[in-house]
Amino acid sequence: MIYLRLIWSYLKIGLFGFGGGYAMLSLIEREIVGPGWITEKMFTDIVAISQMTPGPIGINSATYIGYAAPMQAGFTHPLWGLLGSVICTLVVVLPSFLLVAYTSHFITRHKESVAVRGVFMGLRPVVIGLIASAALLLMNGENFGYENSEIVISIIIAVAALATVLFTKLHPIIVILLSGIAGLIIYY
Amino acid sequence: MEKNNIDSAAKKGNIYLQLLSSFTRIGAFTFGGGWAMISLIEREVVETRKWIGREDFLDLLAVAQSLPGILAVNISVAVGDRLRGWRGSVAAAAGTILPCFLIILAIAMFLTPELIQNNRVVASIFRGIRPAVVALIIAPVITTAKSSKIGWKNVWIPIVVALLIWSHWPYVSNPILYIILGGIGGYLWLRRSERHLSLNEIDKEERKEENL
Repeated sequence: MIYLRLIWSYLKIGLFGFGGGYAMLSLIEREIVGPGWITEKMFTDIVAISQMTPGPIGINSATYIGYAAPMQAGFTHPLWGLLGSVICTLVVVLPSFLLVAYTSHFITRHKESVAVRGVFMGLRPVVIGLIASAALLLMNGENFGYENSEIVISIIIAVAALATVLFTKLHPIIVILLSGIAGLIIYY
Repeated sequence: MEKNNIDSAAKKGNIYLQLLSSFTRIGAFTFGGGWAMISLIEREVVETRKWIGREDFLDLLAVAQSLPGILAVNISVAVGDRLRGWRGSVAAAAGTILPCFLIILAIAMFLTPELIQNNRVVASIFRGIRPAVVALIIAPVITTAKSSKIGWKNVWIPIVVALLIWSHWPYVSNPILYIILGGIGGYLWLRRSERHLSLNEIDKEERKEENL
């Protein structure tokens, strides 16, 4: 049963995930955290792990959540997790196969048409809103802490990380590693 | 001529295995997905392997970007499809997916939520990382807004979309709603403005004729 619901969720993510990994996050959050399969914290952790490992965030999250969700639901044998991983990863890429096979000629032929240009012009500002909503959704007590002292530290880390990414050429992986070291020093 | 023959003989090998190995290498060594992968795929497919021309690749990229789903997967599927139909797609996509699937599977098995919560070292590290992740998601909002030419006229769209999704209200907090609305809205808006444009042009033509 949980697998059917995972399939349904990841089918939606694969079909409506426009605008790249970050834009898919709010959709993933809604489909996966919403039903309570994983906690907000785990969701953020998966995003962090995705940043530190090779590969697209969409695949990474499908594989990790496919493994973790059955565990959370009580199917604790690793084989159930493996099955979930395989299913979610396959389902999230399935629409790509069908769409490339059946629509690529249409798009190539009509890429100058009002319909195709208009749709993508309209999607652009929406995609920015989707990314922003993912950031808003993650700015919560689960990720920033509930006590004032921890919230302040979290905000400092976030602002420093944002400034580093925007104004230096430092790779996001380094930023994550540095914030992890900061966390270890502060909280351990 | 002779060299070309040698090249094509060398190319004959097994194209599916070549697709698989090319894309596995790319999948295993690109951090950050999406755009980071595109340039590597382009180099491999266009320059190293000479499977398709640059123009063709840009066409495929346009398709991959237009379609929903994971960009790196879309482009591998499109390249594989161009070369050998659906079998090629499967080989290329399997290459892109396999490395990160295996790495994340290993991480999922060992770095369980319980470990992250209960191990003091791991828990402290992640407490530092979580706020940074939020910052890493804010950064593309700013950079994409700049590159997508968001101005005063349309900045309300991302703001309204973000706030409504964030609100968790029933129905209106569904991201899919805004993807559909954005697509339809963009189409209608462009159709209207192009019609105005062409009407204006007809007007001008008529005026020109009157002047003549």
